[in-house]
Amino acid sequence: MVEPDHHRFDTRALHAGQRPDPVTGSRAVPIYQTTSYVFDSVDHAAGLFNLEVSGHLYSRISNPTVAVLEERIASLEGGVGAVCTSSGQAALHLAMATILSAGDHVVASRNIYGGSHNMLNLTMPRFGITTTFVDPREPQAFAGAIRPETRLVFAETLGNPGIEVLDVAAVAGVAHAHGLPLAVDSTFATPYLMRPIDHGADIVIHSITKFLGGHGVAIGGVVVDGGRFDWAADGKFPTLSDPYDGYHGITFTEEFGAAALSMRARAEGLRDFGGCMSPANAFYLLQGVETLPVRMARHVDNTHRVVEMLDAHAAVSWISHPSHPSHPDHELAARLYPKGAGAILSFGVHGGREAGRRFIEAVELASHLANVGDAKTLVIHPGSTTHQQMSTEDLAAAGIGEELIRLSVGLEDPDDICADLSRALRASQTA
Amino acid sequence: MRFEVAGRSVHAATGAMAIDRPEVADAPLVVLVHGAGMDRTVWSHQTRWLAHHGTRAVAVDLPGHGHSDGPPLGSIAELAAWMGDLSDVLGGPLHVIGHSMGAFIGLEAAATLGDRIASLVVIGLGAAMPVHLDLQAAADADDPLAADLMAGWMHGPDQKFGSNPTPGMSMTGTSRAVIETSPPGVLAGDLALCAGYDGAVVAAAAITCPTTLVLGTLDRMTPRRGAQPLVEALGHATVVDLATSGHAPMMENPDAVRSALLGHLFPVAS
Repeated sequence: MVEPDHHRFDTRALHAGQRPDPVTGSRAVPIYQTTSYVFDSVDHAAGLFNLEVSGHLYSRISNPTVAVLEERIASLEGGVGAVCTSSGQAALHLAMATILSAGDHVVASRNIYGGSHNMLNLTMPRFGITTTFVDPREPQAFAGAIRPETRLVFAETLGNPGIEVLDVAAVAGVAHAHGLPLAVDSTFATPYLMRPIDHGADIVIHSITKFLGGHGVAIGGVVVDGGRFDWAADGKFPTLSDPYDGYHGITFTEEFGAAALSMRARAEGLRDFGGCMSPANAFYLLQGVETLPVRMARHVDNTHRVVEMLDAHAAVSWISHPSHPSHPDHELAARLYPKGAGAILSFGVHGGREAGRRFIEAVELASHLANVGDAKTLVIHPGSTTHQQMSTEDLAAAGIGEELIRLSVGLEDPDDICADLSRALRASQTA
Repeated sequence: MRFEVAGRSVHAATGAMAIDRPEVADAPLVVLVHGAGMDRTVWSHQTRWLAHHGTRAVAVDLPGHGHSDGPPLGSIAELAAWMGDLSDVLGGPLHVIGHSMGAFIGLEAAATLGDRIASLVVIGLGAAMPVHLDLQAAADADDPLAADLMAGWMHGPDQKFGSNPTPGMSMTGTSRAVIETSPPGVLAGDLALCAGYDGAVVAAAAITCPTTLVLGTLDRMTPRRGAQPLVEALGHATVVDLATSGHAPMMENPDAVRSALLGHLFPVAS
């Protein structure tokens, strides 16, 4: 049987979205540090503004450097297109603002990043969009929470911080059975470890700031459009299937079909909300994406070494990583993530909150900060930082105990990472 | 836009411009016809532009494709006859722009429907369109591999890298998604129609309306040399060769295709 004629993943991580600059021959992606673009003619300008022809007109809406990153991530995820944003949170907001309106309802996993939980639980209700949170390990819980006004199902492919593994195909099946799209935040997985669209997800969101960028130097986000969901099927998504006065009565599904979501997200969302990515940040993030395959493989290898060390350490009360046999999703992870289920893990330290604090203060190599997915090993206590706005009840429901430490395993020599953690764990047990 | 042809609902894109506006009553009525397993959106670089540049543009979903009611029709001849019905419904002679299988439909329609076809543009075709056996087998099995194979073959080598004319979009990803989401059996049927149609040269020789061929030099599905018998049979046709295009120039090289369409539809003005 003949094989498809596409470059493979590792090649696309380096090349997708870019050909050498036709004018200068530049091999690296140039930084097009410009706000705007000279029109060929009045007719050309009018055509760009009216979506009659493609091209760049203003860097809030599109930029050649950013477009390379967008096309590259779309290619890596197997989507039809992508829209980059100023941050991962801007990407989540853009996706929701593109398809939801006041009165709509979301069913979301309760085990998600604290900032996303805040947006759904506290902020979006001010705009008339409400959310019901459910256990991501129970696909039928999503079904049970769906109402007539539900328009979106949302979850993280690897939950934050408990690394709950989403059964993407099962939850997508539930969503699709109700005529709804499944959007996933796949920041912890990256397309190297798992491609949600292949399993039925319709929208993939990333904080590119994390593993995709990988170096901790630039903030960015992206919405990837899977292009398989029929937005026009039953009138539930009028922003995509009804005429829009913003472009003289355009109907995005009619004109762009599979690309309706990404076209509206750019044409309306970036135009009106303006959460665009800068070309300089796109350049920085592209440097990371180029090495994603080799970095993620090393991240995962190091994580497995750290899990082994923690598993054997007397100061550790429990470990949560899908590679560990005690993890509830161990078998699912082995099926969905044959290359490994990421480089984020959480664990508990004997002695509760105080021991956790002593551990954090004793690490020397690992950095205590509010980020994950850096080339450097990072550590944080979510209960007092990233998830501090959540109530005690919500924290408990999300499985975030006061003793929980979140670790983002970096690319240092694994012996050095293990030595640093082991020494800090010993210190945690000293009153 | 929705309308009925032969009792079945047809869906089409019109660039959000109604074609029954009095001010465009005399404008060319342009019908864009997609290829195998595809839908109206392959023309997204042309439909809206045409609708705002002096024509009545109608990019149709063929029966059983996109959002048009099925089932698909069973032969190129039936599809050509359907174009005649379409001309009657839309009320006027059609300027037909067809891609690949849609180009075969256009050839057959122009040869058989007389003055109901005002002019013809055919894009990405050969005198014959044999289909790779593995592609046909995958399509027969509704295997997603078929979409993957077509998406890889239908675009020129530049698209293996990208730099899509539409910022942020993946051309191969979009083509794959469109084919993948076509109803079961549709691609297999379309490919069989393409492989089984042997009337292209005869049809071309019978065509008298103005005709333009737009051909991609890097077309791997219908290599450029395979179009030469059509060029010779047509005799009077304008031939536009696009050096960097594969099988889908309207997506890969939209500016050049718009320019070719302008020259074809408005030869004096251009």
